[in-house]
Amino acid sequence: MRWWLPDAGSTFAGPIDGLFLAILIITGIALVLVEVGLVTFVIRYRGRPGRKAFYTHGSTRAEVIWTAIPAVTMVALGLISNHYWVLIKDKKSVPANAYHLGVHAKQFEWQVTYPGADEKLGTTDDFTVRNQLHVIVNQPFAVELTSEDVIHSFFVPEWRLKQDAVPGMHITAWFEATKTGEFELGCAELCGMGHYKMRARVFVHTPDEYKAWVAQQAAGGTE
Amino acid sequence: MTSVAHARPEGGAHGAAHHAPMSFWRKYIFSTDHKIIGIQFLFVSLFFLLVGGLLAMQIRWQLGFPGKPLPGGGILPESMVSGGVILPEYYVQLVSMHGTFMVFFAIMPLLVGVYANFLIPLKIGAHDMAFPRINMASFWLALLAGLIMTASFFVPNGPIRSGWTNYAPLAARPDLSGVTVGQMLWCISIVVLGLSSVMGSLNYITTVINHRAPGMTWFRMPLSVWALFITAILGVLALPVLQGAAIMLLFDNILGTHFFDPAAGGQALLWQHLFWFFGHPEVYILILPAMGMVSDIIANGSRKPIFGYHSMVFAIIGIAFLGWIVWGHHMFMSGMNPTLGSTFMVSTLLIAVPSAIKVFNWLGTMWRGNLRFHVPMLNAIGFVSMFTIGGLSGIFMAATPVDIPLHDTQFIVAHIHYVLFGGSLFALFAAITYWYPKMFGRVMNEGIGKLHFFLTFIFYNMTFFPMHIIGMGGQMRRIYDPTIYDFLKPQQPLNVFISYSAFALFAVQILFAFNFLWSLKFGKKAPQNPWDDNGMEWSLPNPAPHGNWERTPNVYRGPYEFSAPEAGDKDFLPQFLKLPTDRDPVPAPLPAGH
Repeated sequence: MRWWLPDAGSTFAGPIDGLFLAILIITGIALVLVEVGLVTFVIRYRGRPGRKAFYTHGSTRAEVIWTAIPAVTMVALGLISNHYWVLIKDKKSVPANAYHLGVHAKQFEWQVTYPGADEKLGTTDDFTVRNQLHVIVNQPFAVELTSEDVIHSFFVPEWRLKQDAVPGMHITAWFEATKTGEFELGCAELCGMGHYKMRARVFVHTPDEYKAWVAQQAAGGTE
Repeated sequence: MTSVAHARPEGGAHGAAHHAPMSFWRKYIFSTDHKIIGIQFLFVSLFFLLVGGLLAMQIRWQLGFPGKPLPGGGILPESMVSGGVILPEYYVQLVSMHGTFMVFFAIMPLLVGVYANFLIPLKIGAHDMAFPRINMASFWLALLAGLIMTASFFVPNGPIRSGWTNYAPLAARPDLSGVTVGQMLWCISIVVLGLSSVMGSLNYITTVINHRAPGMTWFRMPLSVWALFITAILGVLALPVLQGAAIMLLFDNILGTHFFDPAAGGQALLWQHLFWFFGHPEVYILILPAMGMVSDIIANGSRKPIFGYHSMVFAIIGIAFLGWIVWGHHMFMSGMNPTLGSTFMVSTLLIAVPSAIKVFNWLGTMWRGNLRFHVPMLNAIGFVSMFTIGGLSGIFMAATPVDIPLHDTQFIVAHIHYVLFGGSLFALFAAITYWYPKMFGRVMNEGIGKLHFFLTFIFYNMTFFPMHIIGMGGQMRRIYDPTIYDFLKPQQPLNVFISYSAFALFAVQILFAFNFLWSLKFGKKAPQNPWDDNGMEWSLPNPAPHGNWERTPNVYRGPYEFSAPEAGDKDFLPQFLKLPTDRDPVPAPLPAGH
């Protein structure tokens, strides 16, 4: 049983999980404040004969306090969040040394196009593999997301990466995996009755393993 | 249109003659009485609430026990189940129609159709709505829309398979969704429902502006009326956008217009912008009236004036205004310009401010009160505690980087249910119990009501809280079988736990249904003011007659004068009670032409 986010598997996980924890603490404080207040008032001010409620229409000072504190907290949270948001999603943030792959989504499969030995997409030695995503650990990758038919969403939980693939659009999403091993790629946007089984295997290799795998594919190896 | 409030002030005898006995059909079926229309909405939307709940139970069966035959599934046709096991296409239809029924035909009409109709004239001292016949048309159109939507279960290929949000191009292309007639019926039903909503909203707005009794100034209106008024403005502006989008989607389906299909020059994201431009204000349509009614009930239960009345009014307006500029937060992962994402993040985070103001003011109202824990008050307290969780969990998704792993997972499902069930539905249990005497002249059973509240509160949290955890674990929304994913398998026991809790939650609602129906005939007869409340509606007998007051009543003070020093040994001071020191308000001048 897992009670937390999945294990961290990319460079995004650090800041995102940190921010998640920060929000959990802030909202946790607010929640405890409200719920403890509520329970205390329910017990302390329960109706008893002979008691009379305190007649008041409010307090401007209290209103200012509980308007200002949430406002400042939210603006600060927005500024911090935006820093990481730009780092993850902005087009200009894709590292120059990123290794580009094509990912074409269609009902109900992922077609991953690899650049082959020349490391360039759109050349004759490109090859396409269904439902398998192979990448190198500690190396920035950028997936060029397209869709054949309806909206799908590229989601690898360990990488904290999600990006819709939209027909008619070409969207680049980058990441850098930090852990080798086997993971899963799921579709996070309802794309039809086969949505649930639109699944691919994700392999994070060491550079040598990856080279070997590409060579094997180029030699016409099995998928 | 004659303004009814002004037309009948001196006509006691005239008024009585006007309300000569009517046939059963005119009185209960084709009624123009706002109270009867409210009650009609109540019965119809409670029925759709039941339908939505039954769909939810099937969803939970599949998620808890994928591949096991659904108990009683044998009665479903082969197109939905195979050997009793729910098919993937039927599962997608279940989630799509559960959302559709709950949002459009249960929660929205329960809050707006029932309580805007029932409460606005009663609480502002009006004889009826500004346009009673349009009001009647609004109900019949809503019922028609509901029947059209229900019919889609009985057509070839069944109802929609693209979620209640109907994302295009899936919803725009029958060849990709596998749905034909069902998709058209969804669009037509939504257009009809939109018409009903717009008619209703125009009526509520006009009534609040024109038909307030003398002395009922804007800032003497109860927060329920404020909330319903602002909600009506949201409705009249938001629903037409959805109608337009639904017509375009219908054309894509039957005429091949390709508005939303990039394969022939359309734009996939256009649908999402249009849908959420409606959809986000809609979320506030689904919570503002609940907040308003809860405010009235908490003041009553605390025997204290509402804390910070003016900030409460401005918070309602603030939420409504911000509600128009946050729709993009549903599209953070859509490939929309990330800079736009930053903008929508800030506006979304700012909504936390008026929401926090409301929560703290409810607490402020209870502070140093003399609390009466009647059933409506218990449910209102449940609302405050659960809405707080729903509001706070929204901050996680508003912060765009944190939204990346959470978007389109069960975390969102948990969030929406904390707002719509923990929020709106608890408020509705409170409101139904509270105004039941005014509707039917009897009081619902208190013991059953309390038992229902406590059991619902427990099972509700057992159902929806763990959804946060499986969402953090990454379980995507709307997947038919989570167990095929290795990373989701370890948390399957929690899915089983949620399913058992959900079945218990559903079963507990039998208590409410029984209490509601049984009390119609066998409930205790209600005294005129069963909750010792200040509202104008309690100056009338229970149930109130057609036309409400024989003479237009006067309003002498604000709605929350509980425990006021002038009240003497009583702890409430109704708006309609004239103290020796009170002067009669000067009636507003008649509109030109009268």
